[in-house]
Amino acid sequence: MPAPAIELRGITKRYPGVVANRDVNLRVESGTAHAVIGENGAGKSTLMNILYGMVVPDEGEILVEGTPIPMSSPADAIAAGIGMVHQHFKLADNLTVLENVILGDEPTGRAGRIDFEAARARIVELGDHYRIPIDPEALVADLSVGNRQRGEIITVLYRGARVLILDEPTSVLVPQEVDELLKNLRRLTGEGLTVIFISHKLDEVLTVADEITVMRNARTVAHTRPAEITSRELAQLMVGSELPTPEPRTVEVRSEVGLRLESVSTRGSGHETSLSDIDLTVRSGEIVGIAGVEGNGQSELIETILGLTSPVAGRVLLGTEDVTEAATSIRRRLGLSYIPQDRHREALLLDATLWENRMLGHQMHPPINRGVWIDRKAARADTEQIVADSDVRTPSIEVLASALSGGNQQKLIVGREMAGEPRVLIAAHPTRGVDVGAQAAIWTRLSAVRRAGVAVLLISADLEELIGISDRILVILRGRFVGEFDPAAIGPEDLGAAMTGADAA
Amino acid sequence: METRIERVLLQLIAPVVAIFFAALLAAAILHFTGADAGSVLGEVVAFGTTPASLVAVVNKATTFYLAGIAGAIGFRMLLFNIGIDGQYRLAVFFAAVVGASVSLPPVLHVTLIIVVAMAVGAGWAALAGYIKVTRGVSEVISTIMLNAVATGIIAYLLAPGRLAERAAGSNNIRTTPIPPSGWFPGFEVAGKEVFGFTLVAAALGIGFWILLNRTRFGFELRASGLSLRAAAVSGVNSKRMIFVTMVMSGAMAGLVGIPQLLGSSHQYGLDFPAGFGFTGLAIAILGRNHPLGVAFGALLWAWLERSSQILDLLGVSREIVTIMQATIVLSVVVAYEVVRRVNVRRQQKLVGRSEHVGIENGATA
Ligand SMILES: Nc1ncnc2c1ncn2[C@@H]1O[C@H](COP(=O)(O)OP(=O)(O)OP(=O)(O)O)[C@@H](O)[C@H]1O
Ligand SMILES: [Mg+2]
Repeated sequence: MPAPAIELRGITKRYPGVVANRDVNLRVESGTAHAVIGENGAGKSTLMNILYGMVVPDEGEILVEGTPIPMSSPADAIAAGIGMVHQHFKLADNLTVLENVILGDEPTGRAGRIDFEAARARIVELGDHYRIPIDPEALVADLSVGNRQRGEIITVLYRGARVLILDEPTSVLVPQEVDELLKNLRRLTGEGLTVIFISHKLDEVLTVADEITVMRNARTVAHTRPAEITSRELAQLMVGSELPTPEPRTVEVRSEVGLRLESVSTRGSGHETSLSDIDLTVRSGEIVGIAGVEGNGQSELIETILGLTSPVAGRVLLGTEDVTEAATSIRRRLGLSYIPQDRHREALLLDATLWENRMLGHQMHPPINRGVWIDRKAARADTEQIVADSDVRTPSIEVLASALSGGNQQKLIVGREMAGEPRVLIAAHPTRGVDVGAQAAIWTRLSAVRRAGVAVLLISADLEELIGISDRILVILRGRFVGEFDPAAIGPEDLGAAMTGADAA
Repeated sequence: METRIERVLLQLIAPVVAIFFAALLAAAILHFTGADAGSVLGEVVAFGTTPASLVAVVNKATTFYLAGIAGAIGFRMLLFNIGIDGQYRLAVFFAAVVGASVSLPPVLHVTLIIVVAMAVGAGWAALAGYIKVTRGVSEVISTIMLNAVATGIIAYLLAPGRLAERAAGSNNIRTTPIPPSGWFPGFEVAGKEVFGFTLVAAALGIGFWILLNRTRFGFELRASGLSLRAAAVSGVNSKRMIFVTMVMSGAMAGLVGIPQLLGSSHQYGLDFPAGFGFTGLAIAILGRNHPLGVAFGALLWAWLERSSQILDLLGVSREIVTIMQATIVLSVVVAYEVVRRVNVRRQQKLVGRSEHVGIENGATA
């Protein structure tokens, strides 16, 4: 029997207040697709970062094709033929795909000059071979999320990786892109490459993976194959208990308007699609879903509602108040809450404690705000409450936000934005990167705030989510709403078609 | 998990290690230049701890402290106010001119001078803030240029026949002296006078701490420094925050010359001390932009400058103190990082020990 492509033995990694990996063992056979799944904070990213040399374990060893390799930096991993595509992409926006691919590993020709021709040819060749076509000259900033990810994969292949690690590759993609990616992964393993990927979406794990490793509480608790298990059993292995069942929907939309946009147009900034003549009404007690391929105006829509971009025409109303010209802080004070799409960039102060993060965006509300003062005691108490209610796994509220796992950061943000009686909630990809248990909990809470009379605008790439909890779904395409659907009467396929404009509804 | 005292002690290790390292380096240099390191350091410490020295140190540190806080205000928002030097010279010059040209009852007179200084410093910094938020010009570049402009303006106005006069019996050119009603009374310690303004500086430090940690504005300032985008999403007007921070830093910088002006010179002349801008920034770094840390940094800096005066008498080059100051700033940055890592490792050990009892609410469900 050939040696496994990768073997991790007895890996232990401690962080302040938590053990992220505890005596973890993992065997990945050559030429297979291996899924690593588990709850938020189970230690998946940590394990992958260890394998890629970004994090050095306290104990344990890493074997590549049977040989122990000391792994102290990504350079060691690359030399050993291991490449990684991170959950948060690393490509530099203002460079082309070609420049990004060769960055840090420039092919030098005569007199130390960079041989762009050779690199370009190699990228095209790799793209043809694995059928992951990409334009080497495209500027990364102009690429869709799916294409950026292809760029990342090509970069990794270009460096000669035989083992690819992908940390939650599908959580940022729309369904068509997911299918495309999964096909590509199959093709890579067909060529003898080894793929290790993390995912919270169990059905896709069951369709692509050859083998599955389940992590719970920093350990590996099970090793299985798709043929031997169902997605429900997988979920129970991950959580270690029964899943909560989502509550049935009860629609009682009120007549009061929570949020209204009247003929809003925006200028558009850089590569962002601008909004043209958009009308939107979200009533209290209603969840309106926005479906669309990323980059069709969703960001502009959010920025306009938040007041970070001012429209060139039209009006924005919160309740009955015209806030078209109002600052973000005034809109916040009127009860506007926001779960951002990019948690690291927009929702967190990574170098501040959890309770300070709790104040962010709510520094103008009681109980935190008392005139010009802030009440730190109240903020701390409130944070304890949120951590308990939202099941944020953390040793204490004094740790820095950067120490939480991605999913736990998300749970904290969701808890924060739902606390303090918002009137309007913009939820952009609220369950991105959270495990199935937390996902169900977040859906339940969204339904609960809706029932309490909050107007919710849900922007999501997850069609099941949109169909599952929205009361109405609007499709956005090139800065306009091109269709309205009743979630009870539409399936993911039709919605997907409408999003790409294939169906002129 | 750990007590407050432990945390404070850990914070103190870094500067102590840095000072120790710098002293070691100074001793090594002394040794290689052929001096007797032990006796030189002994003399320096003996001179530096005389009552007269200590009073001089406190007075000097007051000036440094104000410059350090001015730097720290900017740093908290990732703004590099290189212009502290120009802001304070312009401010103290105009404060001296205005102070000498009015006659008012004592408290009012002093207040007026202080207000003028803060307003001029703030206004000068506001220029840099304004072109940063409207035109995107880096404050580093604009404040450096504004320093040069300030030098030019003062050189032009500080001339006999304009806003200055030649001091009788010397080559010094200076503004008209401020009458005693515009002096800030000091207090006697060991027969020497400590600037009364030292108390004001201390109060300003406390005010800065309260502002940062207890007010909504301070939270928004720190948030903006940690992530401008996240702060903007939370409802902070970034441009306004940049502008206001710059103005506050400038207002504080405007006070840098005031202890000297109100406490001893009572006039602005060619001999007025200058060049506190970079010192302020270095002290802010040394004190981690924390009001207490900056106080410590200012005192240390002032003590080194004062005690170095004896070196000439001992036939040792004074530049060794400059080397020491630079070493302290560099090694304190390194030491903070080392202490941080040690701290992380220590906490991990604690976790390791508590593993079998389970972490509250944490990994062991
Ligand atoms: N840099 C860090 N400092 C402190 N603790 C950390 C750090 N990185 C991760 N942790 C902790 O280690 C544990 C495992 O985190 P990890 O990111 O590996 O989880 P994960 O399985 O990838 O979860 P998710 O699905 O939410 O991304 C978490 O409890 C997390 O808080
Ligand atoms: Mg993760």
